Amino acid sequence: MTDDANDGESPSRRQFVSCAAGAAAGFILTACGPKRLVEMPKERLHAALRELERQYSETYGTAVTVADTPPIPGVQFAYALDISRCIGCRRCVYACVEENNQSRDPQVHWIRVYAMEKEKGVDFQHANPYYDPPQVPEEGHFYVPVQCQQCENPPCTKVCPVGATWKEKDGIVVIDYDWCIGCRYCMAACPYGARHFNWAEPSLPKAELNPNTHALGNRPRPKGVVEKCTFCIQRTRAGRYPACVEACPVGARKFGNLLDPQSEIRYIIEHKRVLVLKEDLNTVPRFFYFYAT
Amino acid sequence: MKWAAPAALVAVALAVAGYAQVGPATPPSAAGERLEIPPPPFSEGIFPCSTCHADLKVNRTRRALTEMHDDIQLRHDEQHRWCLDCHDATDRDWLHLASGERIPFEQSYLLCGQCHGEKLRDWRAGVHGLRTGSWNGQKSYLLCAHCHNPHQPRFRSLAPKPAPRPPARQEGEKAVRP
Repeated sequence: MTDDANDGESPSRRQFVSCAAGAAAGFILTACGPKRLVEMPKERLHAALRELERQYSETYGTAVTVADTPPIPGVQFAYALDISRCIGCRRCVYACVEENNQSRDPQVHWIRVYAMEKEKGVDFQHANPYYDPPQVPEEGHFYVPVQCQQCENPPCTKVCPVGATWKEKDGIVVIDYDWCIGCRYCMAACPYGARHFNWAEPSLPKAELNPNTHALGNRPRPKGVVEKCTFCIQRTRAGRYPACVEACPVGARKFGNLLDPQSEIRYIIEHKRVLVLKEDLNTVPRFFYFYAT
Repeated sequence: MKWAAPAALVAVALAVAGYAQVGPATPPSAAGERLEIPPPPFSEGIFPCSTCHADLKVNRTRRALTEMHDDIQLRHDEQHRWCLDCHDATDRDWLHLASGERIPFEQSYLLCGQCHGEKLRDWRAGVHGLRTGSWNGQKSYLLCAHCHNPHQPRFRSLAPKPAPRPPARQEGEKAVRP
Protein backbone atom coordinates (compact mmCIF):
# COMPACT_ATOMS: atom_id res chain seq x y z
CA MET A 1 0.00 0.00 0.00
CA THR A 2 2.07 2.87 -1.23
CA ASP A 3 -0.61 5.42 -0.27
CA ASP A 4 -0.45 4.59 3.45
CA ALA A 5 3.31 4.54 3.50
CA ASN A 6 3.30 8.21 2.72
CA ASP A 7 5.95 9.14 5.31
CA GLY A 8 6.83 12.83 5.08
CA GLU A 9 6.50 12.91 1.32
CA SER A 10 4.06 15.11 -0.56
CA PRO A 11 0.44 13.85 -0.38
CA SER A 12 -0.97 11.84 -3.17
CA ARG A 13 -3.40 13.41 -5.61
CA ARG A 14 -6.27 11.40 -4.08
CA GLN A 15 -5.51 12.61 -0.53
CA PHE A 16 -5.23 16.20 -1.63
CA VAL A 17 -8.52 16.15 -3.54
CA SER A 18 -10.48 14.51 -0.69
CA CYS A 19 -9.06 16.94 1.89
CA ALA A 20 -9.88 19.91 -0.27
CA ALA A 21 -13.43 18.63 -0.87
CA GLY A 22 -13.90 18.10 2.88
CA ALA A 23 -12.70 21.60 3.68
CA ALA A 24 -14.96 23.13 1.04
CA ALA A 25 -17.98 21.19 2.33
CA GLY A 26 -17.18 22.26 5.89
CA PHE A 27 -16.87 25.87 4.83
CA ILE A 28 -20.18 25.78 3.00
CA LEU A 29 -21.95 24.05 5.88
CA THR A 30 -20.67 26.54 8.48
CA ALA A 31 -21.56 29.50 6.29
CA CYS A 32 -25.11 28.24 6.02
CA GLY A 33 -25.44 27.31 9.68
CA PRO A 34 -26.65 29.58 12.50
CA LYS A 35 -24.68 32.75 12.96
CA ARG A 36 -24.48 35.68 15.32
CA LEU A 37 -26.11 38.80 13.92
CA VAL A 38 -22.74 40.49 13.90
CA GLU A 39 -21.17 37.86 11.63
CA MET A 40 -23.96 37.42 9.13
CA PRO A 41 -23.46 38.56 5.56
CA LYS A 42 -25.60 41.63 4.81
CA GLU A 43 -28.25 39.92 2.66
CA ARG A 44 -28.74 37.16 5.16
CA LEU A 45 -28.90 39.59 8.05
CA HIS A 46 -31.56 41.59 6.30
CA ALA A 47 -33.56 38.48 5.54
CA ALA A 48 -33.30 37.51 9.24
CA LEU A 49 -34.41 40.98 10.36
CA ARG A 50 -37.38 40.99 7.97
CA GLU A 51 -38.37 37.64 9.42
CA LEU A 52 -38.12 39.06 12.96
CA GLU A 53 -40.23 42.05 11.91
CA ARG A 54 -42.84 39.70 10.51
CA GLN A 55 -42.93 37.66 13.72
CA TYR A 56 -43.11 40.71 16.01
CA SER A 57 -45.72 42.44 13.87
CA GLU A 58 -47.84 39.31 13.99
CA THR A 59 -47.44 38.86 17.76
CA TYR A 60 -48.06 42.50 18.67
CA GLY A 61 -50.55 43.40 15.96
CA THR A 62 -48.68 46.50 14.82
CA ALA A 63 -45.97 47.26 12.25
CA VAL A 64 -42.64 46.68 14.03
CA THR A 65 -39.32 47.70 12.49
CA VAL A 66 -36.06 46.02 13.47
CA ALA A 67 -33.13 48.20 12.38
CA ASP A 68 -29.46 47.28 12.19
CA THR A 69 -28.16 50.86 12.11
CA PRO A 70 -24.34 50.58 12.29
CA PRO A 71 -22.07 52.74 14.49
CA ILE A 72 -21.44 56.25 13.16
CA PRO A 73 -17.75 56.67 12.23
CA GLY A 74 -15.88 59.11 14.50
CA VAL A 75 -18.39 58.77 17.31
CA GLN A 76 -17.67 57.41 20.78
CA PHE A 77 -20.71 57.69 23.01
CA ALA A 78 -20.45 58.74 26.63
CA TYR A 79 -22.90 59.70 29.32
CA ALA A 80 -22.76 62.02 32.30
CA LEU A 81 -25.08 62.30 35.26
CA ASP A 82 -25.21 65.23 37.65
CA ILE A 83 -25.45 63.81 41.18
CA SER A 84 -26.00 67.28 42.61
CA ARG A 85 -29.22 67.66 40.58
CA CYS A 86 -30.85 64.21 40.60
CA ILE A 87 -33.89 64.24 42.87
CA GLY A 88 -34.59 60.50 42.69
CA CYS A 89 -38.01 60.80 41.00
CA ARG A 90 -37.45 57.64 38.86
CA ARG A 91 -38.91 59.26 35.72
CA CYS A 92 -35.87 57.89 33.86
CA VAL A 93 -36.54 54.33 35.03
CA TYR A 94 -40.01 54.21 33.53
CA ALA A 95 -39.13 56.18 30.39
CA CYS A 96 -36.49 53.50 29.80
CA VAL A 97 -38.96 50.67 30.33
CA GLU A 98 -41.36 52.18 27.79
CA GLU A 99 -38.70 52.95 25.22
CA ASN A 100 -36.86 49.65 25.48
CA ASN A 101 -39.72 47.19 25.75
CA GLN A 102 -38.70 45.66 29.08
CA SER A 103 -40.87 43.02 30.64
CA ARG A 104 -43.52 44.56 32.91
CA ASP A 105 -44.05 41.38 34.89
CA PRO A 106 -41.64 39.94 35.93
CA GLN A 107 -40.37 43.44 36.33
CA VAL A 108 -37.14 44.35 34.54
CA HIS A 109 -35.60 47.79 35.10
CA TRP A 110 -32.37 48.74 33.36
CA ILE A 111 -31.94 51.78 35.61
CA ARG A 112 -31.82 51.48 39.38
CA VAL A 113 -31.83 54.61 41.53
CA TYR A 114 -30.08 54.34 44.88
CA ALA A 115 -30.93 56.74 47.69
CA MET A 116 -27.83 57.57 49.71
CA GLU A 117 -27.24 59.52 52.87
CA LYS A 118 -25.36 62.75 52.45
CA GLU A 119 -23.39 62.00 55.61
CA LYS A 120 -22.05 58.75 54.19
CA GLY A 121 -21.31 59.89 50.63
CA VAL A 122 -21.35 57.55 47.64
CA ASP A 123 -21.56 54.30 49.59
CA PHE A 124 -23.40 51.35 48.08
CA GLN A 125 -23.28 49.45 51.38
CA HIS A 126 -25.84 51.86 52.80
CA ALA A 127 -27.74 52.62 49.63
CA ASN A 128 -31.44 51.90 49.32
CA PRO A 129 -33.07 51.32 45.92
CA TYR A 130 -36.52 50.72 47.43
CA TYR A 131 -37.06 54.19 48.94
CA ASP A 132 -40.64 55.32 48.56
CA PRO A 133 -41.45 58.60 50.34
CA PRO A 134 -44.43 60.75 49.23
CA GLN A 135 -42.07 63.44 47.95
CA VAL A 136 -38.47 63.47 46.75
CA PRO A 137 -35.80 64.64 47.37
CA GLU A 138 -35.76 63.64 51.02
CA GLU A 139 -33.90 65.72 53.56
CA GLY A 140 -30.30 64.58 53.97
CA HIS A 141 -30.36 62.28 50.95
CA PHE A 142 -28.98 62.26 47.46
CA TYR A 143 -29.62 59.86 44.61
CA VAL A 144 -27.34 57.86 42.35
CA PRO A 145 -29.01 56.19 39.35
CA VAL A 146 -27.01 53.21 38.09
CA GLN A 147 -27.33 51.57 34.70
CA CYS A 148 -24.89 49.92 32.28
CA GLN A 149 -21.65 51.89 32.45
CA GLN A 150 -20.67 50.85 28.89
CA CYS A 151 -17.15 50.08 30.08
CA GLU A 152 -14.18 50.63 27.82
CA ASN A 153 -12.77 47.44 29.35
CA PRO A 154 -15.94 45.43 30.00
CA PRO A 155 -15.58 42.37 32.27
CA CYS A 156 -18.97 41.04 31.12
CA THR A 157 -18.04 40.45 27.49
CA LYS A 158 -14.88 38.56 28.42
CA VAL A 159 -16.67 35.86 30.37
CA CYS A 160 -19.34 35.06 27.79
CA PRO A 161 -18.63 31.46 26.73
CA VAL A 162 -20.40 31.86 23.39
CA GLY A 163 -19.47 35.38 22.33
CA ALA A 164 -23.05 36.61 22.51
CA THR A 165 -22.07 40.00 23.94
CA TRP A 166 -19.46 42.47 22.74
CA LYS A 167 -18.51 46.12 22.56
CA GLU A 168 -19.49 47.92 19.35
CA LYS A 169 -17.22 50.43 17.61
CA ASP A 170 -19.06 53.39 19.14
CA GLY A 171 -18.54 52.01 22.65
CA ILE A 172 -21.97 50.47 23.25
CA VAL A 173 -21.90 47.00 24.82
CA VAL A 174 -24.59 44.92 23.15
CA ILE A 175 -26.12 41.45 23.38
CA ASP A 176 -27.27 39.14 20.60
CA TYR A 177 -30.46 37.78 22.16
CA ASP A 178 -30.57 34.91 19.70
CA TRP A 179 -27.07 33.77 20.59
CA CYS A 180 -27.26 34.20 24.38
CA ILE A 181 -27.54 30.85 26.15
CA GLY A 182 -28.65 32.36 29.47
CA CYS A 183 -25.72 31.13 31.58
CA ARG A 184 -25.61 34.51 33.38
CA TYR A 185 -21.81 34.54 33.70
CA CYS A 186 -21.91 38.15 32.48
CA MET A 187 -24.24 39.11 35.31
CA ALA A 188 -21.78 37.69 37.82
CA ALA A 189 -18.92 39.51 36.12
CA CYS A 190 -20.60 42.92 35.99
CA PRO A 191 -19.59 44.97 39.05
CA TYR A 192 -22.52 47.37 38.58
CA GLY A 193 -25.48 44.98 38.60
CA ALA A 194 -26.40 46.38 35.21
CA ARG A 195 -27.39 43.13 33.48
CA HIS A 196 -30.81 41.60 33.94
CA PHE A 197 -32.13 38.14 33.24
CA ASN A 198 -35.51 37.17 31.84
CA TRP A 199 -36.46 34.48 34.33
CA ALA A 200 -39.87 34.04 32.73
CA GLU A 201 -41.45 34.83 29.39
CA PRO A 202 -41.37 38.66 29.31
CA SER A 203 -44.79 40.24 29.43
CA LEU A 204 -45.26 43.32 27.29
CA PRO A 205 -48.80 44.57 26.64
CA LYS A 206 -49.45 44.99 22.92
CA ALA A 207 -50.48 48.61 23.32
CA GLU A 208 -47.25 49.46 25.15
CA LEU A 209 -44.83 48.06 22.58
CA ASN A 210 -42.39 50.55 21.11
CA PRO A 211 -42.36 49.41 17.47
CA ASN A 212 -39.20 51.33 16.60
CA THR A 213 -36.57 48.75 17.52
CA HIS A 214 -32.95 47.83 16.89
CA ALA A 215 -31.71 44.25 16.50
CA LEU A 216 -29.11 44.73 19.25
CA GLY A 217 -31.29 46.89 21.46
CA ASN A 218 -34.94 47.10 22.32
CA ARG A 219 -36.50 44.40 20.15
CA PRO A 220 -38.72 42.09 22.22
CA ARG A 221 -36.64 39.50 24.06
CA PRO A 222 -37.37 35.82 24.65
CA LYS A 223 -37.33 34.06 28.01
CA GLY A 224 -33.91 33.01 29.31
CA VAL A 225 -31.69 35.75 27.92
CA VAL A 226 -29.78 38.59 29.53
CA GLU A 227 -30.51 42.22 28.67
CA LYS A 228 -29.12 45.63 29.58
CA CYS A 229 -28.99 49.34 28.80
CA THR A 230 -27.71 50.09 25.28
CA PHE A 231 -27.70 53.92 25.52
CA CYS A 232 -30.98 53.56 23.53
CA ILE A 233 -29.02 52.32 20.51
CA GLN A 234 -32.13 52.68 18.31
CA ARG A 235 -32.32 56.40 19.13
CA THR A 236 -28.70 57.46 19.58
CA ARG A 237 -27.45 55.94 16.34
CA ALA A 238 -30.19 57.91 14.63
CA GLY A 239 -28.89 61.11 16.25
CA ARG A 240 -31.41 61.40 19.05
CA TYR A 241 -30.84 61.63 22.80
CA PRO A 242 -31.52 58.52 24.91
CA ALA A 243 -35.01 58.36 26.41
CA CYS A 244 -33.75 58.84 29.98
CA VAL A 245 -32.01 62.10 29.03
CA GLU A 246 -35.23 63.58 27.70
CA ALA A 247 -37.33 62.27 30.59
CA CYS A 248 -35.25 63.81 33.37
CA PRO A 249 -37.23 66.75 34.80
CA VAL A 250 -34.15 68.37 36.33
CA GLY A 251 -31.84 67.94 33.32
CA ALA A 252 -29.34 65.90 35.30
CA ARG A 253 -28.60 63.53 32.43
CA LYS A 254 -26.19 64.46 29.65
CA PHE A 255 -25.14 62.54 26.59
CA GLY A 256 -22.85 63.06 23.63
CA ASN A 257 -19.86 62.24 21.51
CA LEU A 258 -16.60 61.95 23.40
CA LEU A 259 -14.63 62.79 20.24
CA ASP A 260 -16.45 66.08 19.61
CA PRO A 261 -14.67 68.88 21.52
CA GLN A 262 -17.87 70.99 21.39
CA SER A 263 -20.07 68.35 22.98
CA GLU A 264 -21.69 68.67 26.40
CA ILE A 265 -19.86 65.61 27.56
CA ARG A 266 -16.45 67.10 26.82
CA TYR A 267 -17.41 70.33 28.55
CA ILE A 268 -18.36 68.37 31.65
CA ILE A 269 -15.18 66.32 31.72
CA GLU A 270 -13.06 69.42 31.21
CA HIS A 271 -14.85 71.76 33.64
CA LYS A 272 -16.60 69.73 36.35
CA ARG A 273 -15.66 67.39 39.16
CA VAL A 274 -16.14 63.99 37.59
CA LEU A 275 -16.09 60.51 39.08
CA VAL A 276 -16.72 56.99 37.83
CA LEU A 277 -18.03 54.10 39.89
CA LYS A 278 -15.55 51.50 41.15
CA GLU A 279 -12.64 53.12 39.37
CA ASP A 280 -10.24 50.70 41.07
CA LEU A 281 -11.60 47.80 39.03
CA ASN A 282 -10.15 49.30 35.84
CA THR A 283 -13.37 48.82 33.92
CA VAL A 284 -13.01 52.38 32.53
CA PRO A 285 -16.70 53.30 32.41
CA ARG A 286 -18.12 55.53 29.69
CA PHE A 287 -20.61 56.75 32.27
CA PHE A 288 -19.47 59.73 34.31
CA TYR A 289 -21.01 61.15 37.45
CA PHE A 290 -20.38 64.80 38.15
CA TYR A 291 -21.22 67.68 40.46
CA ALA A 292 -22.24 70.76 38.52
CA THR A 293 -22.42 72.91 41.63
CA MET B 1 -70.07 86.26 15.02
CA LYS B 2 -69.09 87.44 11.54
CA TRP B 3 -66.31 89.59 12.95
CA ALA B 4 -64.75 86.74 14.92
CA ALA B 5 -62.59 85.30 12.15
CA PRO B 6 -61.10 88.61 10.96
CA ALA B 7 -60.50 89.64 14.56
CA ALA B 8 -58.64 86.40 15.22
CA LEU B 9 -56.57 86.96 12.08
CA VAL B 10 -55.66 90.46 13.19
CA ALA B 11 -54.73 89.15 16.63
CA VAL B 12 -52.48 86.49 15.10
CA ALA B 13 -50.89 89.05 12.78
CA LEU B 14 -50.22 91.35 15.73
CA ALA B 15 -48.72 88.53 17.73
CA VAL B 16 -46.47 87.55 14.82
CA ALA B 17 -45.43 91.17 14.31
CA GLY B 18 -44.66 91.48 18.01
CA TYR B 19 -42.57 88.36 17.94
CA ALA B 20 -40.70 89.49 14.82
CA GLN B 21 -39.85 92.77 16.52
CA VAL B 22 -38.47 90.92 19.51
CA GLY B 23 -36.66 88.40 17.37
CA PRO B 24 -36.12 84.73 18.03
CA ALA B 25 -34.18 83.86 21.13
CA THR B 26 -30.97 82.23 20.11
CA PRO B 27 -28.27 81.95 22.72
CA PRO B 28 -24.77 81.88 21.31
CA SER B 29 -23.47 78.36 21.25
CA ALA B 30 -21.04 75.99 19.68
CA ALA B 31 -20.60 76.48 15.97
CA GLY B 32 -23.01 74.66 13.71
CA GLU B 33 -25.53 73.81 16.40
CA ARG B 34 -29.09 74.82 15.80
CA LEU B 35 -31.13 75.62 18.84
CA GLU B 36 -34.77 75.97 19.56
CA ILE B 37 -36.34 77.63 22.57
CA PRO B 38 -40.05 77.46 23.20
CA PRO B 39 -41.78 80.79 23.97
CA PRO B 40 -41.62 82.01 27.60
CA PRO B 41 -44.10 80.35 29.99
CA PHE B 42 -46.51 83.23 30.61
CA SER B 43 -49.55 82.71 32.78
CA GLU B 44 -52.58 82.54 30.55
CA GLY B 45 -53.93 85.89 29.39
CA ILE B 46 -51.24 87.90 31.15
CA PHE B 47 -49.12 88.96 28.18
CA PRO B 48 -48.74 91.55 26.74
CA CYS B 49 -48.60 93.38 30.06
CA SER B 50 -49.15 96.70 28.29
CA THR B 51 -52.81 95.77 27.74
CA CYS B 52 -53.38 96.99 31.29
CA HIS B 53 -50.18 98.83 32.14
CA ALA B 54 -50.19 101.20 29.16
CA ASP B 55 -52.94 103.23 30.79
CA LEU B 56 -51.69 102.96 34.36
CA LYS B 57 -49.56 105.55 36.09
CA VAL B 58 -46.14 104.22 37.03
CA ASN B 59 -45.80 103.86 40.78
CA ARG B 60 -42.19 103.12 41.68
CA THR B 61 -42.81 102.86 45.41
CA ARG B 62 -41.94 99.50 46.85
CA ARG B 63 -45.14 98.08 48.32
CA ALA B 64 -47.21 94.97 48.83
CA LEU B 65 -49.46 94.44 45.81
CA THR B 66 -53.12 94.22 46.71
CA GLU B 67 -55.23 94.99 43.64
CA MET B 68 -53.51 92.78 41.08
CA HIS B 69 -50.77 90.13 41.02
CA ASP B 70 -51.38 89.45 44.68
CA ASP B 71 -50.96 85.74 43.87
CA ILE B 72 -47.26 86.31 43.31
CA GLN B 73 -45.22 85.42 46.37
CA LEU B 74 -41.70 86.66 45.92
CA ARG B 75 -39.25 84.13 47.39
CA HIS B 76 -36.19 85.18 45.46
CA ASP B 77 -33.92 87.37 47.54
CA GLU B 78 -37.03 89.32 48.46
CA GLN B 79 -35.09 91.35 51.06
CA HIS B 80 -33.25 93.15 48.28
CA ARG B 81 -35.50 92.77 45.27
CA TRP B 82 -38.80 94.02 43.97
CA CYS B 83 -40.87 93.85 40.74
CA LEU B 84 -39.20 96.76 39.00
CA ASP B 85 -35.69 95.42 39.55
CA CYS B 86 -36.40 93.02 36.69
CA HIS B 87 -39.58 94.28 34.99
CA ASP B 88 -39.19 97.48 33.01
CA ALA B 89 -41.22 100.31 34.55
CA THR B 90 -41.81 102.31 31.37
CA ASP B 91 -42.74 99.40 29.09
CA ARG B 92 -43.97 96.37 30.98
CA ASP B 93 -43.67 94.10 27.96
CA TRP B 94 -39.94 94.10 28.54
CA LEU B 95 -37.47 93.21 31.23
CA HIS B 96 -34.36 95.19 31.96
CA LEU B 97 -30.86 94.42 33.11
CA ALA B 98 -29.08 96.16 35.97
CA SER B 99 -27.54 98.47 33.41
CA GLY B 100 -31.00 99.61 32.37
CA GLU B 101 -30.74 97.86 28.99
CA ARG B 102 -34.13 96.49 27.96
CA ILE B 103 -34.39 92.83 27.02
CA PRO B 104 -37.36 90.80 25.78
CA PHE B 105 -38.83 87.94 27.81
CA GLU B 106 -37.39 85.56 25.23
CA GLN B 107 -33.91 86.50 26.47
CA SER B 108 -34.67 86.44 30.17
CA TYR B 109 -31.66 84.17 30.66
CA LEU B 110 -29.48 87.28 30.33
CA LEU B 111 -31.29 88.75 33.32
CA CYS B 112 -30.89 85.60 35.41
CA GLY B 113 -27.26 85.37 34.36
CA GLN B 114 -26.44 88.71 36.00
CA CYS B 115 -26.34 86.96 39.37
CA HIS B 116 -26.17 83.32 38.29
CA GLY B 117 -23.34 83.74 35.81
CA GLU B 118 -21.91 80.29 36.38
CA LYS B 119 -25.31 78.72 35.71
CA LEU B 120 -25.70 80.76 32.54
CA ARG B 121 -22.31 79.56 31.36
CA ASP B 122 -23.31 75.94 32.01
CA TRP B 123 -26.69 76.47 30.35
CA ARG B 124 -25.08 77.83 27.19
CA ALA B 125 -22.84 74.77 27.10
CA GLY B 126 -25.92 72.58 27.50
CA VAL B 127 -24.86 71.31 30.91
CA HIS B 128 -27.38 73.12 33.10
CA GLY B 129 -30.97 72.32 32.27
CA LEU B 130 -32.79 69.89 30.08
CA ARG B 131 -31.90 69.47 26.43
CA THR B 132 -34.00 67.47 24.05
CA GLY B 133 -33.73 66.63 20.37
CA SER B 134 -30.55 65.48 18.74
CA TRP B 135 -27.11 65.07 20.30
CA ASN B 136 -25.47 65.94 17.00
CA GLY B 137 -27.94 68.39 15.47
CA GLN B 138 -31.07 70.33 16.30
CA LYS B 139 -31.42 70.73 20.06
CA SER B 140 -34.15 72.26 22.09
CA TYR B 141 -33.33 74.35 25.16
CA LEU B 142 -35.65 75.59 27.83
CA LEU B 143 -35.54 79.07 29.33
CA CYS B 144 -34.66 79.33 33.04
CA ALA B 145 -38.28 80.23 33.71
CA HIS B 146 -39.59 77.00 32.19
CA CYS B 147 -38.28 75.05 35.19
CA HIS B 148 -37.77 77.73 37.84
CA ASN B 149 -40.60 80.09 38.66
CA PRO B 150 -38.68 83.40 38.61
CA HIS B 151 -40.60 84.57 41.67
CA GLN B 152 -39.93 81.33 43.61
CA PRO B 153 -37.03 79.67 41.85
CA ARG B 154 -36.49 76.75 44.20
CA PHE B 155 -37.24 73.52 42.35
CA ARG B 156 -40.42 71.91 43.66
CA SER B 157 -40.24 68.40 45.08
CA LEU B 158 -41.99 65.62 43.16
CA ALA B 159 -43.76 62.38 43.96
CA PRO B 160 -41.42 59.55 42.94
CA LYS B 161 -42.53 56.82 40.54
CA PRO B 162 -43.08 53.40 42.16
CA ALA B 163 -40.10 51.65 43.71
CA PRO B 164 -38.85 48.47 42.04
CA ARG B 165 -40.30 45.26 43.41
CA PRO B 166 -37.78 43.39 45.56
CA PRO B 167 -36.96 39.93 44.24
CA ALA B 168 -39.41 37.21 45.28
CA ARG B 169 -38.06 34.95 48.03
CA GLN B 170 -38.55 31.32 48.82
CA GLU B 171 -40.28 30.56 52.08
CA GLY B 172 -37.87 30.67 55.01
CA GLU B 173 -35.23 32.45 52.93
CA LYS B 174 -33.71 35.39 54.72
CA ALA B 175 -33.71 38.81 53.13
CA VAL B 176 -30.25 40.22 52.58
CA ARG B 177 -29.42 43.84 52.08
CA PRO B 178 -29.35 44.80 48.41
